[in-house]
Amino acid sequence: MNIKKALVAMLMMLTVFCLSSIAQDRTVTGKVTNAKDGSPLVAASVLVKGSGVGTQTNADGSFSLKVPANATTLVVSSLNFETKEVTLSGNSVSVSLAPSVDQLSDVVVIGYGTVRKKDLTGSVVNVSSKDFNKGVISSPEQLIQGKVAGVQITSNNGAPGSGSTIRIRGGASLNASNDPLIVVDGMPIDGGGISGQANALALINPNDIESFSILKDASATAIYGARASNGVIIITTKKGKSGAPKYTFSSQLSVSKISKKADIFSADEIRDIVKTKGASYVSLLGTASTDWQDEIYQTAISTDNNISVAGAFKKIPYRFSLGNLLQTGVLRSDKLNRTTVGVNLSPSLFDNHLTININYKLASSATNFADQGAIGAATYFDPTKPVYSGAAAYNGYWNWLDATSSNGLRALAPKNPLGILLDKSDKSTVTRHIASALIDYKVHFIPALHVIVNTGVDVAEGKGTTVIDDKAATTYMRFKDAAGKFHGGVNNEYRQTRSNSYLNAYLNYAKDIPYLSSRIEFTGGYEFQDYLTTNYNFSDKTYDGTVVNSPNFEFNKPEYRLSSYLGRVNFTVKGKYLFTASVRQDGSSKFNPDNRFAVFPSGAVAWKLKEEGLFKNIKSLSDLKLRASYGVTGQQDGIGYYDYISYYNLGSNTAQYQLGNTFTSIYRPNGYYYNRKWEQTATTNLALDFGFADNRITGTIEAYKRETTDLLNEVNQPAGTNFSNKIVANVGSMENKGIELTLNVQPIRNKNTTLDIAFNATYNKNRITKLTISDDPAYAGARFGGISGGTGNTILIHSVGQQRGSFFVYKQVYDANDKPIDGLYADLNRDGIINEKDLYQYKAVDPQMFFGLSSNLTHKNWSAGFVMRANIGNYLYNNVASSSGTLRNILNPIGYINNGSRDYLKSGFSGNGSNYYLSDYYIQNASFLRIDNVNVSYNVGKVFHNKAAMRISANVQNVLTITKYTGLDPEMNGGVDNNFYPRPRTIVLGVNLDF
Amino acid sequence: MKNNLYKQVIATIGAFVVLASCSKKLDLLPTNDVTSATVYADANGYRQAFAKVYASFALTGNAGPAGNGDIQGIDEGTSDFLRLYWKAQELSTDEAVVAWGDPGIQDFHNMNWSASNPMLTGLYYRAYYQITLANDFIRQSADANLASKGITGADADAIKKYRAEARFLRAYQYSILIDLFGNVPFVTDAETLGSVLPKQKVRAEIFTYIETELKALDAELVDARKNEYGRADKAAAWALLARLYLNAQVYTGTARNTDAATYAKKVLDAGYSLITDYTKIMRADNNVNTSEFILTINYDGLKTQNWGGTTFLTHAPVGGSMVAAQFGVDGGWGGLRTTTALSGKFPDLTGTADKRSQFHVAGQNADISDLTKFTDGYGVTKFRNINMNGTPGKNLTWVDIDFPIFRSAEMNLVYAEAVLRGGTGDATAALGYINSLRTRAGASTVTAAQLNLDFVLDERARELYWEGFRRTDLIRFNKFVESSYVWPWKGGVKGGTNVDAFRKVYPIPSADISSNPNLVQNTGY
Repeated sequence: MNIKKALVAMLMMLTVFCLSSIAQDRTVTGKVTNAKDGSPLVAASVLVKGSGVGTQTNADGSFSLKVPANATTLVVSSLNFETKEVTLSGNSVSVSLAPSVDQLSDVVVIGYGTVRKKDLTGSVVNVSSKDFNKGVISSPEQLIQGKVAGVQITSNNGAPGSGSTIRIRGGASLNASNDPLIVVDGMPIDGGGISGQANALALINPNDIESFSILKDASATAIYGARASNGVIIITTKKGKSGAPKYTFSSQLSVSKISKKADIFSADEIRDIVKTKGASYVSLLGTASTDWQDEIYQTAISTDNNISVAGAFKKIPYRFSLGNLLQTGVLRSDKLNRTTVGVNLSPSLFDNHLTININYKLASSATNFADQGAIGAATYFDPTKPVYSGAAAYNGYWNWLDATSSNGLRALAPKNPLGILLDKSDKSTVTRHIASALIDYKVHFIPALHVIVNTGVDVAEGKGTTVIDDKAATTYMRFKDAAGKFHGGVNNEYRQTRSNSYLNAYLNYAKDIPYLSSRIEFTGGYEFQDYLTTNYNFSDKTYDGTVVNSPNFEFNKPEYRLSSYLGRVNFTVKGKYLFTASVRQDGSSKFNPDNRFAVFPSGAVAWKLKEEGLFKNIKSLSDLKLRASYGVTGQQDGIGYYDYISYYNLGSNTAQYQLGNTFTSIYRPNGYYYNRKWEQTATTNLALDFGFADNRITGTIEAYKRETTDLLNEVNQPAGTNFSNKIVANVGSMENKGIELTLNVQPIRNKNTTLDIAFNATYNKNRITKLTISDDPAYAGARFGGISGGTGNTILIHSVGQQRGSFFVYKQVYDANDKPIDGLYADLNRDGIINEKDLYQYKAVDPQMFFGLSSNLTHKNWSAGFVMRANIGNYLYNNVASSSGTLRNILNPIGYINNGSRDYLKSGFSGNGSNYYLSDYYIQNASFLRIDNVNVSYNVGKVFHNKAAMRISANVQNVLTITKYTGLDPEMNGGVDNNFYPRPRTIVLGVNLDF
Repeated sequence: MKNNLYKQVIATIGAFVVLASCSKKLDLLPTNDVTSATVYADANGYRQAFAKVYASFALTGNAGPAGNGDIQGIDEGTSDFLRLYWKAQELSTDEAVVAWGDPGIQDFHNMNWSASNPMLTGLYYRAYYQITLANDFIRQSADANLASKGITGADADAIKKYRAEARFLRAYQYSILIDLFGNVPFVTDAETLGSVLPKQKVRAEIFTYIETELKALDAELVDARKNEYGRADKAAAWALLARLYLNAQVYTGTARNTDAATYAKKVLDAGYSLITDYTKIMRADNNVNTSEFILTINYDGLKTQNWGGTTFLTHAPVGGSMVAAQFGVDGGWGGLRTTTALSGKFPDLTGTADKRSQFHVAGQNADISDLTKFTDGYGVTKFRNINMNGTPGKNLTWVDIDFPIFRSAEMNLVYAEAVLRGGTGDATAALGYINSLRTRAGASTVTAAQLNLDFVLDERARELYWEGFRRTDLIRFNKFVESSYVWPWKGGVKGGTNVDAFRKVYPIPSADISSNPNLVQNTGY
């Protein structure tokens, strides 16, 4: 799909809508006020019922509207207020609107339906657009970072469009996925990215999102059975609204800069170290003083422009949106240009018996990826060397040379960081279409029965080219052809497509049973999902197009399917006893036909205590509800698609074997595991919802326990019994226990001023309870978490009885001055030797507690807010310090000088041996308190001859981080801090126009 | 209206039926990977699967140089058979030291390896990997299977030869396993893959199995020196028997020196002769050395790429003032050197009095004060990715050199040692075999009086250093753990020290102990 065409089509449609004004007969004037305090409501919508005629109120709440002669009723609405219909009885009306508890948060989107918030039995948190984080948000999940108890969202790094790692209640798995299921407008989307855009969510414009529902307990998630173990995030996008077209325009301009550089030596410090510690290296010193980090980072300017129109055309509510994000990275040459189009049509037909909601989203992004290898190179590269050599070789960049090597470069020495960045072009274009339709038919003779069909497709294509100049040092003379001629550089293509389709049909039947003072609601249906990826293979070519090697196959098309039946019953008695039960049977193509199907049940009860006599009379208590649930969910992500039987894989052209005088392509049987089945997580949840002082204080306290059994876990195979020595089998179990607290307080609420404070706190404790088939006390656990330093060193371990992802390290011995003694570690098993039997589990990656605090103050036309987050108990391995902060790194034995971490001043480590990589000295407390965002905005009111309402805003993102951690940033996924792309500090100026 | 409703209801029900039928669509097949039925449908497929059995020596996975590895839980480049076997056999001895800090690698010098050493785990699983592939191939190529697929005649005969060679490779890996790990789990094609937990057998039992198997294969393998390059023939089986018998005392408690001499002689009488120039044994185009090479692991800079094997053996010793181009590579890895215990066995360091003395001395210290410092310890220049005519190999990163797992020079030494150890044989011939090695090297010949067991051990070092023999040799001569022979950094001590006797066998990796309850750990671990 071509963006231009889409744009033209959209503009034409807009024009049609705009021309739909008709003859008007008389003028009605009036004023709209807040029923609570009598204050005027600005920009409230006033519509003539049944027509497209309407206007908005002014800054004083007044309006004037020409209405057709036959008009009888006005519909008055405003965001966060109950909509009211007023019968016209003269030419002047006065309307007061009651604040809604919040239209959006009142009805909460859940799996396969909606529910009134007060009728929730499960753990579902709704975050609507008014509570979203502000600023430049390139990926939707960042809108709710820090907003929800039990949900941890960690942006992967500071690169434009980079995604985040989302963990709900700590994640339920070890080797399978810990990512939650993400559902956009009813359609489960594939969490995986696509070539050219690693973050699938970045292709959804955050400005199009109306609300998030986060489903945390099994009662809420089990209806999604198959993939719900890690929680579910339902994203609902904005819809059209009846009435005259309302335009919203927003524009943001931002400036980003890195807030902290890696703490490495200056050129003079390196000169000092070399002169005092490495006499033989003095001749290698240069005279320049280059700050390589200054060379590779830049001040980045970004813009984000969005325009949308929502209204109704002949009873068909519509919304169109167009957005463009132009984001530059702080790493030079990093650039993202994303254009998004959103279309929503939500017509109702046959007396509202048939409602249709059609969503179409197009995203097209063009990205240039900077080579992030430059970040590490800037840490290591000798600062006494100039950027440019003054010679033409290697495109003029200074590099470590070795006249005896084949390409003139010193083998294994780092390459010029700026050369790495600027000699490479890595451009991708990604296009994604998501189209979905939800058809809800209220059966004519049984209006309590709805037939709902929800279907959609998600089609994406990512492709790109990677070009590295043939004179670039990184790939200089990398290939010798058959004639003995050398070729350098890279000129490669990549391409991937995804085509996911989804079909769901269910019946919903709701009926009041008056004689039981109860209501029953039944939902049941069938769902089918197909996930198809096509990976295209291309030859590896040098810059001049010489083929280095070519693939065996043109493409590969991995695919998996899910086929599921689902059902749910809600039963409400006397409006205060609520029961929910759900069941789902899932079948997945990833398992053998015998293990393919599994049933995931759940049940929940809720008791509205407030409705009981005892509490009813407590005036200050406005809400009190007790909830309890239990359920089982499943997991099948993160495992092979086909490997329940052994398939044979054809070796590549560079993996042939010579038999006689010919090279033979090889067929390899792949590892397999026939008996693999669903990983299951049983969740128990207990919660108390409360509200005080007319719900000016509301909150929830929640406790949960999640036990995962039959863990999809990569386990060792007995030698000689499989074609792979490790295979993902169902072995082991794990539990997460936690407490969550959510508190929303409105200390000030009056005519001019409101102050909202939202706080959430989460305590999560994770423990692995079983890992192997046969218990072996000598088995320390499954090691993972590769680090830089040595070949194949790992720093993390999953061990029974410990937290998932504990560090597995040597215990450093310190001298009397608390300085670590180089190469001395505690002999923990007292056998007189230091080997891996002396490694011990120390601390872990995941925080034990995390907090979010956000506040918003509105005073008259001013509004200001902030968002803060804190993590406690999370540790990081400072790999920058361990791999570069040693004398051996600075005075590299291969014959060159490196820069390194200033941690060397503290440790004084020589870098001899290899055990120091695994010293607990490098495990640092990375607890932090971070001010993510501070924002202020001003409501200018009517501008452009009263035609538009304007709001201007300013905010700062990534304001401040308080931590003991000595590396660049304490907040990292995966526990290993190694050459992290810094999260910039960003200042954003924005303007919003509503007209 | 009512009619309409019925239509709607029928349509709805119809839609649900259509949907429900989707649930049958859960059987999916991969795009490019194929089933065993497809692979083993014709003779060509058999050859490709058979090539993998051999290739598991030379490749670390299905995407050269790396990216689709065979062995999990270890860096793929490190997971190569030769690289791991070489480390286990050489780094634990006086012949080699390494500067690196890869996990577990320094344990070989320190002689403090444990059951979770990743290198030993990788080696163990690599050996069983080839056994598992061989078992699968042997099952797939059973006569009944060939017949049922209509494969007959010359095709069937060729596949039967493949099958015999798969059995040979399996026997070879079991010989490696009993040498390194002692009592090991035993599994053959008799058990369907994964159907039973393998039982552990004692060293002597597996010794007998290998012996019986190799003797049986004598009728099945291609005649000596008649097979294609890179494939095992009868001489390979004899050479393995000779090597096994020489170590029989260690493996079974009973010496088999006469058998060792017999089979070594059998190989030598099959028409092998030493190539003329010792320094050309490990060269890029050493595939021409067929007069001496009995069985090789074949590498190729373009078509058989991995980060282990001879690529490792050529790059890793280059560092310091060594010029990478002289080794036909794009750069050194600055890792491997040797100790004076090896260099001191030669009359000089320049190769003048013995061409086998191939060391790099300039800029290197003879003594090793720091194992991790490349310039401590002499460099070894035995492996060069340079063709006989002086031009570099096909690729400067991945090396062309083929690695002989059996070459006839070893048989000269086996014969002499077996006779000296009391095996029935011809002492004059034994002396002749030793002197022919020395003559080729340009070294002075020795007399019968000079030829004793200790001399043979040293001669083995001179002839076969860095070819993966040393640990086995030192154990056979009771010099591996004992205090009677120490070398720099033996046991992690600069001057060298003895270590516990249990370290003559490596531990069964804990990865297998924890997944196979039939296994008992070796004493001491």
